[in-house]
Amino acid sequence: MANTQAMCTSFLEKLLVGGHQFGAVTLASRGSLTVPTKDTFKAALFLASATVNASTAAYSASGEVSGAGYAAGGIAVTNAVDPASTNASATAGTAYWTPSASLSYTSVTLATAFDSVLIYNSTQGNTAVSVHTFGSQTVTAGTFTLTMPTNATTTALLRLATT
Amino acid sequence: MLINTTKGDMDAATLEKREGFVDNAHEHTTWVEYWLAGELVHRSAHVHLKIGAPAEVTAALFA
Repeated sequence: MANTQAMCTSFLEKLLVGGHQFGAVTLASRGSLTVPTKDTFKAALFLASATVNASTAAYSASGEVSGAGYAAGGIAVTNAVDPASTNASATAGTAYWTPSASLSYTSVTLATAFDSVLIYNSTQGNTAVSVHTFGSQTVTAGTFTLTMPTNATTTALLRLATT
Repeated sequence: MLINTTKGDMDAATLEKREGFVDNAHEHTTWVEYWLAGELVHRSAHVHLKIGAPAEVTAALFA
């Protein structure tokens, strides 16, 4: 088994039905909620032996790392910057979003190799957003820090592009 | 400098330090280890992702 970097397919479906709230928005009335608050997103680490990928629909502790200092479910994602979008032409453009701070797991011991992080929406039933892989790591009485890519059209953590 | 280890805080001067890095198109990763008499007592890693996950969105055309 292996983990694969991907935007989760179910996430794309949830976007079409307003199932995630990454930033501020004012909506025409849908019957009740017109100014929804942002959802809380979390980041959980997964073992190299796990299987998280585009098919992952929701966070599950199966295959998640465990060890001293690490709480199941991972840590909250800092989300101070709303999604943005840029048009590249009359027919193409990119919407993008990146957490506004690094993910830092401090004072942990994670003895079994891990190589991926699952971003998920803990406000909306732990629905999956995306999987990001990296070279396999372990941590011993130390800190694991995951610094985010530049929040831009070609590098952001999440990018939805038309071509 | 004190280092948090599996044996509590220890003076870095009493430990063997090992460092390394990986750099490719996807990530730049650095790691540091401290060893005591052949035993790993501290390891930290810092992964800097260079690029996230893309998804293509397509609008159907009515030819």
